[in-house]
Amino acid sequence: MKTTLGWLKTHLDTEASAAAIADKLVMLGHDVEGVEDRAGRLEGFVVARVVKAEPHPNADRLKVCVIDAGRGPGAEVQVVCGAPNARTGMKGVFGPAGVTIPKTGAVLTESTIRGVASRGMLMSAAELALGDDHAGIIELPEDAPVGARYAGLLGLDDPVIDVKVTPNRADCLGVRGIARDLAAAGMGRLKPLDATPVAGCFTSPIAIHIADRKACPLFLGRHIRGLRNGPSPRWLTDRLEAIGLRPISALVDITNFLTFDVNRPLHVFDAAKLRGALVVRLARAGERLCALNGRAYDLDPEITAIADDNGVQSLGGVIGGEATGCTGATTEVFVEAALFDPVRTAATGRRLDIISDARYRFERGVDPEFVAPGLEIATRLILELCGGEPSEIVVAGQAPEWRRTYVLRPERPASLGGLHVPPAEGRAILEALGCTVADAAARDGSVTVMPPSWRSDIEGEADLVEEVLRVKGYDLVPPEPLPRQSVISRPAIDQRRRRTELVRRSLAARGLVEAVTFSFVSSQAAARFGGGNAELRLVNPISADLDVMRPSVLPSLLEAAARNADRGFPDVALFELGPLYRDGTPEGQATVAAGLRAGHVGPRDWRERPREADLYDAKADAVAALAAAGAPIESLQTAADPPAWFHPGRAGVLRLGPAVLAQFGELHPDVLDAFDAKGPIAAFEVFVDAVPLPRAGRARAPLKLSVFQPVERDFAFVVDRDLAAETLLRAARGVDRRLVSDIRLFDVYEGAGLPAGKKSLAIAVTLQPQDATLTDADIEGFARRLVAAVEKAAGATLRG
Amino acid sequence: MCYTRGRDGPFLFGDHMDDPSAKSAELLERIAAAPSPAALDEIRIELLGRNGMITLAMRELRQVAPEERRALGARLNALKDQITDAIADAGERLRLAAVSNRLAGERADVTLPVRAGETGRIHPISQTIDEIIAIFGEMGFAVAEGPHIEDDFHNFTALNIPPEHPARQEHDTFYLPERPDGSRLVLRTHTSPVQIRTMMRRSPPLRIIVPGRTFRCDHDATHSPMFHQVEGLVIDRTTHMGHLKGCLIEFCRAFFDVDDLPVRFRPSYFPFTEPSAEVDIGCSRAGGELKIGPGGDWLEILGSGMVHPKVLQNCGVDPAEYQGFAFGMGIERVAMLKYGIPDMRPMYESDLRWLRHYGFVPLDIPSPVRGALVGPAS
Repeated sequence: MKTTLGWLKTHLDTEASAAAIADKLVMLGHDVEGVEDRAGRLEGFVVARVVKAEPHPNADRLKVCVIDAGRGPGAEVQVVCGAPNARTGMKGVFGPAGVTIPKTGAVLTESTIRGVASRGMLMSAAELALGDDHAGIIELPEDAPVGARYAGLLGLDDPVIDVKVTPNRADCLGVRGIARDLAAAGMGRLKPLDATPVAGCFTSPIAIHIADRKACPLFLGRHIRGLRNGPSPRWLTDRLEAIGLRPISALVDITNFLTFDVNRPLHVFDAAKLRGALVVRLARAGERLCALNGRAYDLDPEITAIADDNGVQSLGGVIGGEATGCTGATTEVFVEAALFDPVRTAATGRRLDIISDARYRFERGVDPEFVAPGLEIATRLILELCGGEPSEIVVAGQAPEWRRTYVLRPERPASLGGLHVPPAEGRAILEALGCTVADAAARDGSVTVMPPSWRSDIEGEADLVEEVLRVKGYDLVPPEPLPRQSVISRPAIDQRRRRTELVRRSLAARGLVEAVTFSFVSSQAAARFGGGNAELRLVNPISADLDVMRPSVLPSLLEAAARNADRGFPDVALFELGPLYRDGTPEGQATVAAGLRAGHVGPRDWRERPREADLYDAKADAVAALAAAGAPIESLQTAADPPAWFHPGRAGVLRLGPAVLAQFGELHPDVLDAFDAKGPIAAFEVFVDAVPLPRAGRARAPLKLSVFQPVERDFAFVVDRDLAAETLLRAARGVDRRLVSDIRLFDVYEGAGLPAGKKSLAIAVTLQPQDATLTDADIEGFARRLVAAVEKAAGATLRG
Repeated sequence: MCYTRGRDGPFLFGDHMDDPSAKSAELLERIAAAPSPAALDEIRIELLGRNGMITLAMRELRQVAPEERRALGARLNALKDQITDAIADAGERLRLAAVSNRLAGERADVTLPVRAGETGRIHPISQTIDEIIAIFGEMGFAVAEGPHIEDDFHNFTALNIPPEHPARQEHDTFYLPERPDGSRLVLRTHTSPVQIRTMMRRSPPLRIIVPGRTFRCDHDATHSPMFHQVEGLVIDRTTHMGHLKGCLIEFCRAFFDVDDLPVRFRPSYFPFTEPSAEVDIGCSRAGGELKIGPGGDWLEILGSGMVHPKVLQNCGVDPAEYQGFAFGMGIERVAMLKYGIPDMRPMYESDLRWLRHYGFVPLDIPSPVRGALVGPAS
C-alpha cells in the first residue's frame, strides 16, 4: 500500500517529516518497505528555453544551442545537441555540467564537441530514466517556467511511502486508515472527511436486487446523467501515478482513487449500456464475461455475479465487465457501492485467478458503515470532475451487524503485555483508535470496548491489549528473564535425538560429508527406490523433478554424487540424516542415516594406494552408524537379500531379529545408469528409528580383568567359495564362549594352491583363561575342538 | 715403560718405585683416544683384566714392605678408580657417537605431505540447529518434533487460520492428492503444527523448541521449496510479553555472540499470536558490508507473539488459566547471517567444495559452556 506524504496530509494534520512518519508506522506495526524520494535523482535539472538553435559548423547532425536556464540576462549557456527536435524557441529540460545523469550515473562535464564548447545537456526522457524515449529531447509546454526545478514541475517533490499492511489491517488499505492510526499514536490530528449527502434530482431508472444476501449483504447505487468523461486533473493523475497506477479517465480514476484514499472500492457502469435492473446473484454454469482486464472468463455457481437483462456484467467485488465499462463517450453512469462477503469474494477471485485491488480489499473486509459515505464522496467527485446530475440513491439489503463488545480487565496490559498502563491511558488509546469504551458492570476497573466498524480484526481482550501496547510502543515493555526451572539445565534432547546426533557426528568423523537435500524427488527416481505411489505425489510440485515424497534418501544423494562428478569431483563421500516417507501418516515418516561413497576412497597418496569404494566400505559405515545408534552389533544377522536398487550379489541387509536395521552394498548398475552416475557406488541406509532404545540405567556390567596371559592362535580353513564367512565365525565363536575373548578374520584367499571353487579363510582366536594359566595340553585340546566344530558347521578343512 | 720381575725385592716398578701419577697421565690418554668400544675393551683388559697391569700390581702389593705398602696401596687404588672412571666415560662417549651416527643414517624427509585422515563435515544447517538447541536448552526448553506431512487441522485450522483466511494464500502450500473423505494432506508450511501436537498431548507448563524441515511451493534466489525453521513455545500461568522479550534478546545475543546486540520488537500480525511481534536485530551496512551488532540499521530475523487464546482453546488448554508465547525463525537465514553465507540455494546442492568450506568439523559440538571456536569452520 503506497501513499505520498502530501496525500497522507490531506487526511492528517501534521508537521512530521516522511522519515518520522515512516519510523512511527514501523513501531505501530505497519512495516515500511521504503520511502522513495522521487525528486532526488532529478535534482539539478531545470526548465530551459532554447534561445537559438543553429547547425554545428563541423557536424551535420549536431546543433549548437544557446540555452536560457533562468540564470538571468547574459547568463545563457551554450550546449551542443544531437536531438533532431532541438529548435529555437522550444522549452526543454536542461542539465548543467556537474549533475548526475540518472540513467548512466555519470556526472555531466563541460566538453568541447568538434571544436565547439558544450556546457551541459538537453535531456531526453530515457536519459532521465523517465521512459524509453531517446529519439529526441523532452519538449515541455510553453507555460513551463524557465529555471524551475524539473522534479517540481513533474510533481515528484512528494515522497512516496510504501507501507506493508499486515493481512488483518484491512482498514489501512486506504490512506485515511493509515492517517487514523498515526493520529491515534499522536502523530497529528485526523482531518474531518466531508461525506455530506448529495441531494438526488431524480429517481434512478436502474433498480437493484440482491438474490444472494450472503455474497452481497448491501448494495447502494446511484445514477448520474449528463456528464462528460475526460482526462483527470493534475492533482488526481499525480497521486495515481505516484503509487504506480496509470490514469485512464476521470470516471475510472475516481474509483481507483477512492479505493486507495478511503479504502472504498466502487464500480461505475456505463448506464447507457445496461438493460433492466441489476441483480447480484451467483453465476450460472455456461455464463461468460469479458472483464475489464481484456480476458474472458467462464463462470460457475461459485462466482458472485452482477447481471442485467443481457447477462453477467460484472464480478462482484472483483472486476467489472468490458461491455458496460466507461469510455470517453460515456454520458451517464450507474455507480455501485456495495459490500461483498470476504469468503465469497476470495472464492470468486481464486476460482478465476483474478487479483484486483477490489478483491484484495473485500476479502480482507471493508468498513460496513462506510458504503453510503463512500458513495456520496464518489458522487461529489464525479460531479466536480465530469459534471452531470445525480439521482437519489437506491438501496438493496443492509449492512451486517458488526457491533460487538469485549471486556478489558485493568491488569491485562501488565499481566499479558508485560507493561503497566494506567487504565485511563489505555482507555484514551482505545478511544483514539475509534473504540467506544464504557465502564464494565463488574466495577473492578474493567471496561467494555466496542471496536469501530472498520476494525473487524479486533476479536477479544488480547487484541485490545495489543492495541494499547502498539500505540504505547513495544519498546517500553521491560524485558524479563524467563524464570529458571532448575539450577542446572535439564537435557534439551531425548534419547532418540541424542543418538541421531551421535550417528551424524560419527559418520562425519568417518570422513563422510553431511548433505541436506530436498524431501522430494522425481517420480522416476522414487520408483527406482521402491516409492512413487500416488498417495505421496505432490499436487503442485515446483517442478517435475521434485514431484513426489522420497521413499529413500539415496536417490537424493545419488543425484548429488552425479552432480559432483559432472563438476569434476568424482570421489564423493556424502551422507544425510533425513526423512523418508512411506505414507502420509506421522508413522510413515522415518529418520534414516544414508550415505554413499563413489569413486576412490581417499586421495592419491605416496604412502597409501587409493582404491575404489566397495560394499565393505558401505558395510563399515552402516555398522559404525548402528554402533553409534546403540544397536547390539554382535547380535545382528547379515543376509544377502538386498532390495532391488542394490547389486544383487554385492549388497546385504543387517537385521536384528525380524527388524531391518540397515541395508548396504553397491548400487545396481541399472540404477546408476538411470541417474547418469558412474559406478561402482557403495551406499548404505541405516534405519535409526528401528534400532531399539537401550534399557534404562547407565551402569556398565562389572569388568573382570584376568591375571592370566591371553594366548593367540591362528587357524586357516579351506571352504567352498560360496560359504558365508559368518557361518564359519559363528561356529568358531560357539566352541568355548568362556575361553574365547576375540575372533578376528584376518585373511581371505582364493587362487593358486587351492582347489577350484574353494577359498581359504584365516582367523585369529584369542583365548583368555580366567582361572589358571593355559597349558599346552589345554591349547591343543581347544584347537582340536575348534577344528572339529568348524569342519562340521562349515564343511571346512584345516589348511595344511 | 718397563718393569722387571725380581724375587729379591718388591717387583713392581723395580726397586726404585716410580710415581704412579706419571703413569696415570699416559694411561688416561690412551683410554680417551680409544677409537672404538672394542679398542677400549682391550685397554680395559690390559689394565684391569684378571692379568691386567693394575690387577697384578694390587695382587703383589702384599710383598711390599709394610712401611711402604700403605702409601703405595693408596696410590694404586686412586689410579684404579681414575682408570675405571675414564673407561666408563670413554665408553659412554663412544656409545653416544655410535647412536648419533646410526640415527644420522635414519634421516627422513619431514617435509613430505601426509594424509591427515579424511574428516567429514557437519552441514551448517545441522550445526546451527545444534547451536540453537544448546542456547534454548539453557533456558529450559526441550526439543519436540513432528511429522512433515500434516493435515489441515494441525497446519492451519488449529492455528487460527480458517479455510478462507487470507493468510493461507501467503503460505504457498504444497498439497498431496485428495483422499477418499475429500480432505487433503499438506507439507507443513511451518513448524507451528508441533505446537498444536504438543499442547494436545501434554499439559502445561511447557517449554519446547521445534527445529525441522518446512515446505512452501516457492523457488527463487531467496526462497527454497524446502527450508528449516525453529519454533518455540512457552505455556504456563504467568509468562507475558516481557518474558518473550527477555528470552529472545538473550537468544539473539548468545547466538550471534554480540553482548550489546540491539534487539527491536515491533507490532506485527500472525493469526496464531496476539499480541504479535516481529523481532529485528541491529546491524550496519556501512560500505556495503553487513555487520551484525550496533549500527543504526535493522534486520528482521524472527516472528513471535503471545499465543492466541483461540489456539490454546483449539488444543484443549484453558486460556483463562494459561498463557504464553511462541516464536518462529528461519534457520537458513540466521545461519547465513552468522556465518556469512551469501546465497541460500547451495545449501541443498551438496557441492562438496561448498560443504567442505562452510561445514563444521564433527567434534565441534555447540555448547554455551564451551563457547564457539574462533572462526566459522576449520
